[in-house]
Order: sequence, then structure tokens, then C-alpha cells
Amino acid sequence: MATLVKAISGWGRYPLQTCELERPERYADLLSDADSLIARGQGRSYGDAALNENRRVLLTERVNRLLEFDIEKGVLRAEAGATLAEILEVIVPKGWFLPVTPGTKFVSLGGCVAADVHGKNHHNDGSFGDHVIAIELILADGSRVACSASENAELFWATVGGMGLTGIIGEVKLKLIPIQSSHMMVQHHAAANLEQLFQLLQNPAMDDRYTVAWIDSLATGKNLGRGIAMCGHHAAVDELPAGFGNALATKPERSRTMPFDLPGWALNTLSIGAFNALFYRREGNKQQPFLTGYDPYFYPLDAIGHWNRLYGKRGFVQYQCVIPDGVAFDGIRALLQELSGSRRPSFLAVLKRFGAQGRGLLSFPMAGYTLALDLPIRDEGLFALLNKLDEIVLRHGGRVYLAKDARLSADSFRAMYPRYGEWLKIKNAVDPQNRFSSSLARRLQIGEGTL
Amino acid sequence: MSEAVLILGATSAIASATAAAFAARGAALYLASRDIGELARIAADLRIRYNVEVHHGLFDAEATESHEAFFQAVIEAMPNLSGVVLAFGYLGDQQAARDFNVGAKIIASNFTGAASILSHCANYFEPLKRGFIIGISSVAGDRGRQSNYVYGAAKGALSLYLQGLRNRLFASGVRVITVKPGFVDTAMTFGLPGLFLVASPQAVGERIVRTLEKSADVVYLPWFWRYIMLIIQHIPEPIFKRLKL
Repeated sequence: MATLVKAISGWGRYPLQTCELERPERYADLLSDADSLIARGQGRSYGDAALNENRRVLLTERVNRLLEFDIEKGVLRAEAGATLAEILEVIVPKGWFLPVTPGTKFVSLGGCVAADVHGKNHHNDGSFGDHVIAIELILADGSRVACSASENAELFWATVGGMGLTGIIGEVKLKLIPIQSSHMMVQHHAAANLEQLFQLLQNPAMDDRYTVAWIDSLATGKNLGRGIAMCGHHAAVDELPAGFGNALATKPERSRTMPFDLPGWALNTLSIGAFNALFYRREGNKQQPFLTGYDPYFYPLDAIGHWNRLYGKRGFVQYQCVIPDGVAFDGIRALLQELSGSRRPSFLAVLKRFGAQGRGLLSFPMAGYTLALDLPIRDEGLFALLNKLDEIVLRHGGRVYLAKDARLSADSFRAMYPRYGEWLKIKNAVDPQNRFSSSLARRLQIGEGTL
Repeated sequence: MSEAVLILGATSAIASATAAAFAARGAALYLASRDIGELARIAADLRIRYNVEVHHGLFDAEATESHEAFFQAVIEAMPNLSGVVLAFGYLGDQQAARDFNVGAKIIASNFTGAASILSHCANYFEPLKRGFIIGISSVAGDRGRQSNYVYGAAKGALSLYLQGLRNRLFASGVRVITVKPGFVDTAMTFGLPGLFLVASPQAVGERIVRTLEKSADVVYLPWFWRYIMLIIQHIPEPIFKRLKL
């Protein structure tokens, strides 16, 4: 099949690498003759997970058909190239919602399985893979196998969170959750510092199905870790005001596109500090529950197309890590101290509580707290800071999220993902030639090198 | 409006985008091509997204002897058939010019097969005094070039055929529309060098459906290809024959 040689990147726009793109349109063509390939859905992983420098990248965007939708049982089967946005358009009006959704709906189903993505409800509902009934996986030898928690279970849990390295995810069958309305009932709680914020996130009386906290990453001293816990659930019909109309109706979201790269200096300590102070006061004051659409609640940044341009031409790194329960407070405090000491502003800092670790062998979530930071690349100094953050994470027994990563070391990866050895056995059995590889896999020596 | 549309060659990116644009306005569909497995997937997708009736069946453009029975089956499945979109095409490769066996397949699919199935469609709509036929030809049929003149000749013949059919069916009130896409972002063009102003299949599919609201007989998609081809057609032959096109 024809290929297109092109320099591409992940959502963080770093690194930029030349790859050979191939774009099948038929399900039967969802494999390549290349020796080394990786599937790429919407390219929304941040670093190099969906890059394969000077090698083949199989674009799945055209293999995106919805195949089955059981409106009674809430089960959807679709080709892996379908996006969550396309799926929501079909399921929400029928009273169903995604069981787990990341912070953007412009991701593919296959990507959600490969990265075993999580949402604001991980502490209650687990990660994406927990709701996958079955997948069809296309193996290196071209065979197609059904995998689920009960059929080829080992391969299934190596593929959930397996970053596309066990094969090409062709189809996904997903269990949906019922909703009564397309709206969310949301409540904000302000916390003056990290201690208060942790207390909020631990307090069952405060908790809701979806809970996430925004952190003012520039606050220091006694304000370190001040933030806002944002809790919400799908609004029930009896929570809607009288005369609301069709509870499941959605209105098309207005979206704008970032038309150019913001110059690197535009986001600085001063501008982000001013924004954070304003945001803390405005959002922190929303102490009463309020109704909002599911789009602004789950996908606030989707309203700005190409928001990654905010960070300038050189791109950015999203650093997301998890610190296990018990030492989470100390670990997160150490990370925030390191960050605020560096005076490298993080435009976005998000903290959330995770529930128990899932069964995906390379899945990211574990019981504890996860912190995500957006850090623009201004100079090489950033990478030194990130290495220091890695040390803090390792010291506390945590790990870094591969779907966001662009710079972790192979040694750190091995220390952070203790089930890698178990995963590698399965990988070697189904892909002995290591055909499914990516720039991330080579950087972290996944599928090659020593344990 | 109760529309029921037959899409011939329904698995291509342009055809499935056209099918989606018809489904979005509530049309029932009959999808036809040689690849039944792929058709079943597209049909399921359109049913789920647009909540419309979608049939699908095997159609082989080159097997002209099967066309009459095929068309009967379509009418049985959709007795209210209101229009046909002919979307199949076979590009082949440069070899076609040297090896007639390859060229014959290009002609058999793009022209002979099209003329065969269109004769059944025309004979069906003519006495009913309603219906439309949208034929997807190509800008390649507007002037012969050394790079793909067998394909161009077959598509050029299809354009002429559609022109004659339009003339014949005008009196019966049956619309015949010739669509000539330029560069569209499909498997046919992916990775080809020298492409410019490439249109998405979705945009082209929506425009194809919208031609029914307009009076044009020959539509270039996107529109500026009319002017590109106007220039190309008017280069004097003594100059044109020297060009590497």
C-alpha cells in the first residue's frame, strides 16, 4: 500500500520525527507488510507513543465504523479508529454514556484501550480496560484473535495499556453506562493548601462519581498546593429544573481554533500567576451545585482546536505521575515544591485520586494520587527538572504515564512498571520478531533489551 | 421526502461519504460492491449513526451479464428507488498503456461496466418519469495525458455516455448529473507526489448530494477544478504533446 513520508509528532509537539505513514480504508487492510509498525489513531498521546521514526505508522482514522449498538443493554461494538466524539454523538441521545473518558473526546477507541486511559471517576469505576467486553486483535502473523477477560485473557491484559505493542487493535466492544440526562450536576470546593485539598479528596462526604482537583502550581509557602476540588455526576431527571425539555438533548458546542503558535514568552510566571489567582477566586466561589453540559465538564479544552499551540512552537511535555497511597501527600508535596522552586510555570496542574490498580500489565493507574503538569519546552533545563521529578516519583514507589511521556529512561521505566517481565513473556510469544514497535518502545527498550 | 438511493461501488471513501450524506438527510440506501465484508461494516455504521434503512449486496462492474438480475434485486429490496450514484472506478497503473490486458480491465470497469448498469437504471427510471443518476467520472477524462490515458479515456467515455443519457432522459424528467472530482484525499491519492488543494471525501460527498438541489449538469468538485480543466483543455495540442503530464 502507498506510504507517505512525513514528520509528525504527538499532541505535545515534541518530539517531531519523520515516519512512513500508511492509511488503510478497509478493515481487511488493517495490517502492513512493514517489519516495524505502530498503529496511530488520533495522535493524542503526548510524546512518542504513536511515532515510529523512519519506520511505518499505520493510521487507523479511516477504519472507524460503528458496528453494533444495543440500545437496551448499552453495548457498543466499533472499529478501533472511531473516536469518542463520534460515539457520544450516537449514544447520549439514547441515554448512554462512556464508562470512562479522558479529558478529550478526540481520541480513538483503540488508543483508549492501548493506553488504558482513566477519567475523573477512576476512584469509583476503574480505567477504560475494565469496561471493555472484548477486542479483536490483529497479530504480527496477520491472524485475528478475540481477546477478553475470559478469552485469551493474558493477551487481553497485555494489550490493555500495552501501548499498541502486542498487535493492532481492530475492534472494541464496550459496556456503556446509563444516564438520565446529558447534563452534569457539579460542585466546587476550594482548598487553601495541599493539606486541605487532600482532606477534600479523601472525604467520602465530599466525593462524587467524578472528582478531580485543579492546583495553582505557582502558589508557594503556606499556599503550596492550594486548589479547587471539582465534583460532579450525571444529573438525574429530578435534578433538572422544571420545564427543562428533553433531558438527553445536546446542543452543538461552539469551538474555536488556535490559529497560530503563541510565542514562547506569552505564558510566563506572571501571566499564569495572574490567571491562577483569578481562576482560584472565581471557580472556588462556586460552592453551590450547578448544572453544566457534559462537554464543558469533561472536555473544556476541546472547545479550543489545536490548544497545544498555546505552548509555542517548541511544544511541551505533559508530566503525569502517580504516587501510591500512604506516601502520596509527601510525594506530591515534594513534586510541587521542586516545581515551584524551579519557577517553571505549569499552565495546568491537576490532581486526582486513583482507585485500585487494574489488571493491565503496563497500565498506569495504581491506588494513590496522580498529578499532571503541562510544561512548555523552553530549554534543555526542563529535562533536568523532569529527571528530578522522576527521582521523587521513584523514591515514593510511583510511576509515570507512558501515554504522556516523551523522555523517561529505560531504567526508570523498569523500576516503575514491575509487571513488565510478565508482559514481555506474552509479547515474545505473540510477536517474536518485535514487529510492533514505536519510538517510545525503543527509547524505553520495551520488547527488546534486558528485563 | 422519502429518498431511496443505490450506491454502486460503495466501499470507496468518496462513495461511503456520499452514502453518509444521503443517510444524514434520511435516505434509505442500497450499498453495492464486490467486497461484501466491507459493505456490511459500512451498512451497520450508517444504520447506527443515522437510523436509516440500509441494504447491501454484491455487485461486480465487470460481470455485465449479472447486472440485470442485480438491478432486479435492488428494486425488490427498495421498490421506491429514487436515484443511483455510480461511484465505482478502477485506476490501474501506468502499465496499462503498454499492456492491453491491464488496460482492458480499466476499460471494462470504468466504462463497459458503467454503461451496462446505467442502461438498466435508465430503462427503469424513464417510464416512471422521475429519479436521478449521478455518475462520478473524473477530471482525467477531460484530456488525454501520457500518465494515465487509458483510465482517462475510459472516464472520458463515461462522461460522454452520461451526456448522451442526460439528453435522452431530459424529456422524462430524470436528472443525470456528471461529477468530476479533482484531487480527493483517498486511498487512490494517499502518498502521491505533486498533489495540491486536496479535498476531503466528506466535503465531496456532501457536495455530491447537494448537486440535487442545483440545476448544474456537470459538476467539478471542488468547484475550481472547472477552471483548472478549462485551462488544461485549451492548451494547443502542438504545445500539450510536448508536456510531461
